Amino acid sequence: MSFGGRLSVVLGLFVVAAGLAVWAVVGFMLPTTPTVDFTAAQPSGAPVDLTVQTVGTIGFGAHPTWVSYLVKNPSGQWVHSTVWKVPAHTRINLTIEQYDSGSPLRNQQWGLVAGTTGGVATLNGKPIALYDSNSGNGVGHTFSIPTLGISVPLVGIADDAKNPCSQAPCTTDFDHNVIKVSFVTPGPGEYPWQCYVPCGLGFLYGNGGPMSTLGYMGGFLDVTA
Amino acid sequence: MTIDNAESEGQGVAAEAVIAQPGKEPRHIWRMVAIWLVLSAVLDPLFYILVGPHVPPGTMTSAAKDNQFDFNILLVAALPVFLAVWVYLAYSAVVWRASRKGAPEPVGGAQARTHLGVQVGWIVTTTVIVLGLFAFGTVEVITKAGSGGGEGPNPIWTPTSATILPVQVIAQQWKFTYRYPTFGGFESQQLIVPNNTTIAFHVTSLDVIHGFWAYELSIKADANPQQDNVAYATTRQTGSVTVRCEELCGLWHGAMFNYGKVVSKAAFMAWAKSTEAGTAANTKLLPPFAYTYVPDANGSDGGYYPDNVDPYSNSEVYGAKPAAS
Ligand SMILES: [Cu+2]
Ligand SMILES: [Cu+2]
Repeated sequence: MSFGGRLSVVLGLFVVAAGLAVWAVVGFMLPTTPTVDFTAAQPSGAPVDLTVQTVGTIGFGAHPTWVSYLVKNPSGQWVHSTVWKVPAHTRINLTIEQYDSGSPLRNQQWGLVAGTTGGVATLNGKPIALYDSNSGNGVGHTFSIPTLGISVPLVGIADDAKNPCSQAPCTTDFDHNVIKVSFVTPGPGEYPWQCYVPCGLGFLYGNGGPMSTLGYMGGFLDVTA
Repeated sequence: MTIDNAESEGQGVAAEAVIAQPGKEPRHIWRMVAIWLVLSAVLDPLFYILVGPHVPPGTMTSAAKDNQFDFNILLVAALPVFLAVWVYLAYSAVVWRASRKGAPEPVGGAQARTHLGVQVGWIVTTTVIVLGLFAFGTVEVITKAGSGGGEGPNPIWTPTSATILPVQVIAQQWKFTYRYPTFGGFESQQLIVPNNTTIAFHVTSLDVIHGFWAYELSIKADANPQQDNVAYATTRQTGSVTVRCEELCGLWHGAMFNYGKVVSKAAFMAWAKSTEAGTAANTKLLPPFAYTYVPDANGSDGGYYPDNVDPYSNSEVYGAKPAAS
């Protein structure tokens, strides 16, 4: 084979290998859950209303027994997604419907409401800045954006709740707590959010499964300009 | 040009080289040594003076300063080795290039076979460099009392300073929090430390293995569950500190970072006092300060800090009372 021929074979193989590597890396990094876009839902600069729910068992999909978050899209339907696109430097009014029960926190530090407007949340309409997870129903999950210092304890429903929801999406007819917070988005970027409660029951330290899979107990706040 | 052509040209040079008269050639080795000596003598001090002060991890703590010095010595030792390779390569490429008429065969000729001087020189030089660096590193790590790494629960090298500020680093998936036992044991998402102070970082984890890497402080200590890993640093400059987890610890390992600060002693006291007061309600709910905490490995039912485990290591006890035995 001529030098040119050999060179093109080598280059061709290199391009194929590089392409495969890029495909594998991008495929790994790209979120597998759909992105729900809130940037066009209201006039620019206006606060974004974001409503999510946490359920003890999602009841459908690849892992029906896993805990999960769901989000209400701008047209009002519940979607199984944890990647939410929101505008930068905008107030987010976050409403969390918590349908899961709670327990003492592994680190009570996450009983503190942190990084939200005024450092407070409301729990069923009453303001709270701190929740003692060793009391009452404990904390089921947290909504936390570690890189922004935001964390909100989601107080659990009673263990012996009369009417617990076991199949997402849950309607407000089932037992639940409503937690509301506001915060202002920073500049554009992808901000991972997660739960600090090791709620992956049956996994080592409770942090496997839904805690370690995008689309269940973690996702991205995709902040765009 | 095709490869076939290039090969035949190469053979032509080799043929010429065989004909070339040995002994008529200048003393190439001494020329190379001269070039190498001059370059090393010029570039080594230039590197040390111009680049040295910018070599990581900077000089924010005494550990950082010592490590920067060590890195500079290693680099100053490495630069002549680097230059030797490249001078030899460049000299060969110029002097023994294929197109030069009468170029001798540089390697593989009779002179290159079992050359005792080259062999002994190679072994002696590399041995001296490696053993020298080994001795230097050993002396440095001992005389400078460690290098800012985690020393385990019973540190070999403890600082001589009269006062030591303890700061506990608690790693969990996927965030570091910091506890200040001498300020009522409050816990914070922020790492704030005072300047001109020796700090004992007590690093532990509530779940898997993480690694506390405070880059500018030159502190790197594994965060193991149920282990109190102690690392010391003495701050010497105010400024921003980048903290990263340096043990692959799960989904959000890459997002497990935060920025801390070294501030003046007065600013630190003000921050610590106000945070202590501001978070007192939460501190009351936290377990008493301990060097390790034992969460339940099975998940979400809390099961935090059981009563039957002695939470105190035997290294040091700051403020907190040891468990009654
Ligand atoms: Cu959770
Ligand atoms: Cu980590």
